[in-house]
This record gives sequence, structure tokens and C-alpha cells, in this order.
Amino acid sequence: MSEHSEHAGHIGHVVPITTYVMVFFALMIGTALTTWVAYIDLGRWNTVVALAIAVVKMTLVILFFMHVKYATGLTRIVILAGFFWLGIMVTLSCSDELTRHWEIVPQGWQMIVPFVSRLL
Amino acid sequence: MSAATADLHDAPAESGVNYLNADYGIRSWLLTFDHKRIGLLYLASITVMFLVGGIAAVLMRIHLVEPQGALFEPETYNKMFSTHGIIMVFFFLVPSIPATLGNFLIPLMIGARDVAFPKLNLMSWYIFITGAALALLATLSGGVDTGWTFYPPYSSHYSATNVTIVALGVFIAGFSSILTGLNFIVTIHKMRAPGMTWFRLPLFIWAMYATSLIFVLGTPVIAITLFLLGLERILHVGIFDPAVGGDPLLFQHLFWFYSHPAVYIMILPGMGVVSELITAFSRKKIFGYSFVAFSSLSIAVISFIVWGHHMFVTGQSIYAGLVFSVLSFLVAIPSAVKVFNWTATLYRGSISYEAPMLYALGFIGLFTIGGLTGLFLASLATDVHLNGTYFIVAHFHYIMVGGAVMAYLGGLHYWWPKISGRMYPDLWARISAAIIFLGFNLTFFPQFMLGYLGMPRRYAVYPAEFQVLNVLSSAGASILGIGYVIPLIYLIWSMRYGPVAGPNPWKATGLEWTIPSPPPTENFAEIPVVTEDAYNYPVAEAHKYPDAPGVARV
Amino acid sequence: MLRGWPVSEMAAHSAHPPGFAHQFETVEQQREAGTLGMWVFLVTEILFFGGMFTSYIIYRSLHLQSFIQGSHELIVRFGATNTAVLIFSSLTMALAIRSAQTGKSKGQIIFWLILTMILGATFIGVKLRFEWYRDYVEGLIPGVSWLDGGTHTPGVKMFMCFYFFMTGLHALHMVVGLGILTVLVIMTARNKFSSQYYSPLEISGLYWHFVDIVWIFLFPLLYLIGGRYPGS
Repeated sequence: MSEHSEHAGHIGHVVPITTYVMVFFALMIGTALTTWVAYIDLGRWNTVVALAIAVVKMTLVILFFMHVKYATGLTRIVILAGFFWLGIMVTLSCSDELTRHWEIVPQGWQMIVPFVSRLL
Repeated sequence: MSAATADLHDAPAESGVNYLNADYGIRSWLLTFDHKRIGLLYLASITVMFLVGGIAAVLMRIHLVEPQGALFEPETYNKMFSTHGIIMVFFFLVPSIPATLGNFLIPLMIGARDVAFPKLNLMSWYIFITGAALALLATLSGGVDTGWTFYPPYSSHYSATNVTIVALGVFIAGFSSILTGLNFIVTIHKMRAPGMTWFRLPLFIWAMYATSLIFVLGTPVIAITLFLLGLERILHVGIFDPAVGGDPLLFQHLFWFYSHPAVYIMILPGMGVVSELITAFSRKKIFGYSFVAFSSLSIAVISFIVWGHHMFVTGQSIYAGLVFSVLSFLVAIPSAVKVFNWTATLYRGSISYEAPMLYALGFIGLFTIGGLTGLFLASLATDVHLNGTYFIVAHFHYIMVGGAVMAYLGGLHYWWPKISGRMYPDLWARISAAIIFLGFNLTFFPQFMLGYLGMPRRYAVYPAEFQVLNVLSSAGASILGIGYVIPLIYLIWSMRYGPVAGPNPWKATGLEWTIPSPPPTENFAEIPVVTEDAYNYPVAEAHKYPDAPGVARV
Repeated sequence: MLRGWPVSEMAAHSAHPPGFAHQFETVEQQREAGTLGMWVFLVTEILFFGGMFTSYIIYRSLHLQSFIQGSHELIVRFGATNTAVLIFSSLTMALAIRSAQTGKSKGQIIFWLILTMILGATFIGVKLRFEWYRDYVEGLIPGVSWLDGGTHTPGVKMFMCFYFFMTGLHALHMVVGLGILTVLVIMTARNKFSSQYYSPLEISGLYWHFVDIVWIFLFPLLYLIGGRYPGS
């Protein structure tokens, strides 16, 4: 039969309103921060910071608004699989698109260096 | 219990109420939520699409009897092979086993009353036939000539055919796949009967689960790809146009990200069927159950990281070519595991040669040939010579037709008594299996030779020295066509005139064989509790082979 | 109800709330199946949007300067405002579900649902009136109203293609979301939900939050590439 993930009866975990509101404020602060940092010259790091903040915001939405903090392992695997597969699509496509100009394939670990720097 | 339920539980199996006669009239079929009826709706639809795609193939083979072409102008020939590919891939092979046998059998095999989302299941069918109708409409009103691969810039700028409509049809049908895969994943996770642990599931379920993973992860990408192509064709903004910074290869990456796993959608269910057939007709449990189960998952996963082998000669970077070549060799391993394990299952089994088994044995041989020829194509250097030739055509037809279609026919025959309650005439079934096997090899083996000798694919004309092989191939195609028509006749005939089949005519294991044929609408009077492994065959002659691997101890 | 489909022994003897589907054995099984189903659907959406994101990443890497130039045609304050609006709508959606979970009145549930809809509509309104209409007038919509010359280079055109495709696809999903919310409001008004059964709300909430997450990434990727500092 199906595994019972929530012990608190059939209705699932109830998240306190304060948690929701705190997450909301964290998300708003994140948005403000992203916008503010864009106006500061950090060179290549602008992209990294912006994406890092976006990832944090996404994680908060997933864990709290989408209740994944209280969800089963299966749910988490499903979500991770989705992102992993997106990663496959991006990585392997880029392995072609961003290496066309190579005349000689670098050896060893140096295979990834030009690839990464092109992305940023 | 209410009076209504009392009737259904007390009715004797053969003369009782089953899913076929529980309700009458076209509305009861078109508005059904019963997974078994939906499976039959799909069966009818994909048979129609197979006939359309098959007619295109027959016309192509007739045309190719002469080096300068016997039937068509080159433009029309281009439309023929495009139609054949699009219809066969998207509207026959991809749905074939999953939508028909999968829909019918998954709830039965896991001990459930239906799939998780029956209404979504019906909607999937309507979405499928909408897409199919659009594609047929586009075909009949001019067709497409881009090949089933729709590469830009030809498809986005230069082709004057119904690209957008066909792409839309495929796009829509893709949602049918996605929803079916979603339904199967949730069903298999959440609706197994008590005691039906993952490792007691029939291998057909493992194969369907792996296929469903591909449906869900891959199909959305072809959807967005065709969407982008349609936008490009309508708006001409230059997404794939190098003159404005676009890249035609981006389309190919996105296209093949789905289309390579798609070929595994087409073969994995067939492998699942073969696991069922080999065990049933050797009366032996599968050799290496967990290896076969995990090989299905491995194939599903690895299938997503090899797509670049379709692009070795398109201008893809050498670096990517290296990566994809290595990974493409990897994907052969789990397939080989299956072939070895089926063979080991056959060893010292109590083998009988009914039609389903003939199809299964044919599958193993032909799939092996098709798979081995894939290795030539995974190797960068040989692929340069073989890409774009008939070698490729032969390679994938060995797998798709020699493999997938034969497994589909084998499964259809094997579960036909369960589906219809009747047996088909086995002599005719064996004869058609033999005709199909002979016709198939005569059609496609010469194509390996043609490809090796350099005959390009998708060409309406060819050099005169290739004519003999082409004529052989066309002769084979006509035999193959006859072989496909015969089952159509006797299967339909058997629904009315075939001998009544009991619950388990093959004496096979599996929950689907414990219920009446045809099954009642609710499948099981009581949800079963499972206590045994799959393929737990009591071997009558076990005492003769005390040390044989895989023999079930009684 | 399916005709001739007897309920299993277990189900026949237990009281089931409205909305129970009889292919399942228990309410818990149905709830888990529904949630898993929605998550699997969201994974398909990740891959669907993912195709666009992949294309965007590749072209951005190959034509960074053009993309920065294109990005500067967008107005940050509208993008930022819309981000805040959507985040707020995720909060109101979560509160709507929580109201159902804790057995609040249908009026309270509907209040939060309608607030979510208003915020969603605000998002679309800002997009249409202040962003897309302005782009139309300025000749920045490829294939519809594109004007060559000046800053409108072919590279900028490619960027704007992706801007419209991605935000357009996102907006389409928002509109679908508004439709779903409308249905939920009607269902709530008809007393379909209780603290024992609110799965459609929960599942729709997952969809709504997903659409929010897509925007959380679209905002920095489209509006803030290469920074907005002087000299970028």
C-alpha cells in the first residue's frame, strides 16, 4: 500500500503563518538585493550573484510555499531529477556550442576551463 | 454489499459481465474512463496510423525499383519519406505498446482497479487523435518534405509545404505522451496491490516505468523545439539563422535531446514484452531479474546523454563528438545485459513455439543485429562514411521493425485472449510470423549492403549499380506487407469466431492471468495480496535439472 | 460515476469525503497520487521552459555584448515590481491553502484566492501596458513591429526574440493559472473543500508557485544581465 508520510492524520502539515510571512520578506529582500547589486560594478560576478540569489529564492519557495520541507523523499527525488535533466540539456549542448572554436582539444582537467569562462 | 455488486461478483467468468459488454453504444466507448477500453481506442487509432505510414512505405519501395524512380517526382518522393517517418515515429511507434498494452495491462499487472488518473487517460487519447488528425490533414493537403527531423533552415525558410500544421500535430500528440507517462509513473508508484513490492513486479512494468520517465523528461523538449520552429517559420526572426547570430545546430540539439530518448521509448516497452514472452514460453523465471530491471532504468537514463551521435557530421565540435561517442558506446551495455539474460532464461527452459514466442525469438535476433550495427555508427570515424546512407536506415529499421514492431505483435498475440476472451488461430499466426520474419530480412538486409556501398538515404534516384539490391528490398517489402495484413484479418475474425479462451490459456504467471478473460470492468473482485516473486513457475521437470540456474523450486 | 463498478470492501465501509475517486483504496492514497502527479507535471514544465533557457544560455554566451545591449532596452523598475507582485501572490496562495487546511470559512479561502488573482492580473497588466505596449511603439517586437537602426542591431533583435518568447510563454502560464484560480473560487463557493479535502487547492498552489519560480529566474536573466552600472 502507499507509505504514510504524514503522521498527523490525512490533512498534511500545517505551516505557521509567521513562517510564510518570514519567507515572504526574505524573498522581497532578495529581490531588492538583486536589483541593487545590478547597479554595482562587479564585472563577471554580477551574473553569479544574481543567479545565486535567484537560487536561494527558488529554494525558499520550494521548501516552504510548496511544502517540500515536509514532503516525502520521493517528491525530493522528482524535483532533483527535473533540475538534473535540465542540467544535462544545458551542459551537453554547451559542450558543442561553446567549443566550436577549439582547434586542439585541451588535455586533462584543462578541458573544462575555457568552457566555464565562456559561460560567465 | 449492494445488489449491483452482488451480481457482478457472482457472475460466472465466461458468460458474465466484462469490460466489453458492461455497456453498449458508441458513447460508452468515447466517454469511457476504463483503462482497458482506452487501450482499445488507442489500438484502433494507431492501427489506422500504421496503415497510412505503411502505404507511404510501400509507395516508396515501388518507386525505388528503378534507379531513376518508378513513380514520383523527387519533390513528391521527399514528401513520401517525410510522411512515412513522421507518421510511423510520432503516431505509431511512440504510442504503440505504451498506449495499447501499457494502458490495458499496467493496472492488471500491479493489482489495481485502474490507472491513477482515468479521466486524464481519456483526455490523453483525445489529444492524441487531435494531433493525428491534424497530421493526416496536413499530409493529405500537400504533406511535408523536410524529413521527420524538420531541420532548419529548410523547414523554417525554404520549404513550401505544410510544416507548421504537421509540427502542430506532433506538438499536440506530444502532450498525449506526457500525460500518459505521468499517469503510468503515479500509478506504478502509488497503486500497487499489498505485497507487490518493486522487486516482485513483472519486468514489463519496469520497462513501462522506464519508458514513462523518458516520456516525461524528453517530450516537453520536442514540444518547445517545434514551438520555436513554428515561431521562426511564421515570424522569420532568425532564431536559427547564422546571419543574425542564430545557429541551426541549436535546433538539432534540442530536437535530438528528445528524439534520441524517443527511440528508447520505442524499444523499451518491446523489451518488457519480450521478458514476459520468454519466461512464459520457456516456463522458467527470468535469469537475473534485478539486472534486467535495472537495465531498463539505465537505458532510460543513459539515453539522454548520447544524442550528439546524430550530429557527428553536421559541424558539431570535435570535443562534443568525443564526449557523445564515448557515451554512445555505454548505452549498448544495458541492452546487451538484457539479451544475455533472455538467452540464459531460454537455456534449459521448457520451450514451446507458439506465435508470441516466435515473435520474441525473432526480436532477440533482429534487435541484436540492429544494436550491433549501432556500434559502427557510434564510432566517429566509421560514422563519417555511413551517416546519411542506407546503413542507418537498415540499422534503425532492424530495431524499430525487427525489434519493436515484432515485440508489439508478439505482445498483442500473447495478451489477445485476455483482451478479447478469444483465441486466434495459432497456425495462421505462426505462418504470418514466419512471413514477417522473412519479408523483413529481405527488405532490410540488402539496405545494410547498399549503405556500406554508399547509397545515400532520402534520395529519389540512385546509381544503376544499386538496382539489384533495391529490387530485393522492394520484393521483401511486399512480402512484409502481406505478413502484416494477415494478423489484422484473423485477429478481427477471432473476436467473433475464435474459441473462447479461459482466464489463463498460456498457464502463465502474473496477476493479469488470475482474472477472467475478458476482465470485468473493475478488474479484481478483491484487490489481491501478493506473496510471491514474479515468474514463479512450478517446473514439472525441475528434478531433472537440480542445478540449473534460475529454475524455480516447487 | 462509472456504471457497474462496485466499490471495494474497504472503501464501501469507510466514509469518504466529497471528491473521492474510486480507483483508489484510501483518501491518503489519492492525495499522495495527486501531489506526485502535479510534481511530475512540474518536472515536464521545467524541461519545457528549459529548452528556452538552454537556447538563451547558449546565445547569451556567444553574443554577450548584444544581449547586454538588448537587456538595457528593458526597464528594471517594472521587472522588479512584477517580481514583488508575484512573490506576494505566492504568499496569498499559500495562505488560501492554509485557510482550507485549518478549516476556515469559505469566505476566507475565497478572499485569499481572489487576492491572488488580482495580483496575477496586476502582473499581466503591468506587462501589457507598461512593457509590451511600450516595446510595440518603440519598434522592439521582432516579427511584429521591429524598427532597424540605432541600438536595434540584429543581436538586440535576437535578445528581444528570447525576451518575448520567454516572458510570453510565462504570461500564458499565468493566464492559465488565473483560469484555474477562477475554477477554484467557484468550487470553494460550492462548498467542495474542507479541512479533510482540499487537494485541488494544494495542487493548484504548486502550479502557481512554479510559475512564480520561473519569473524569479527570468527577472535577473533578462533584465539584469551584465549589470546596470554605468559603463556596463
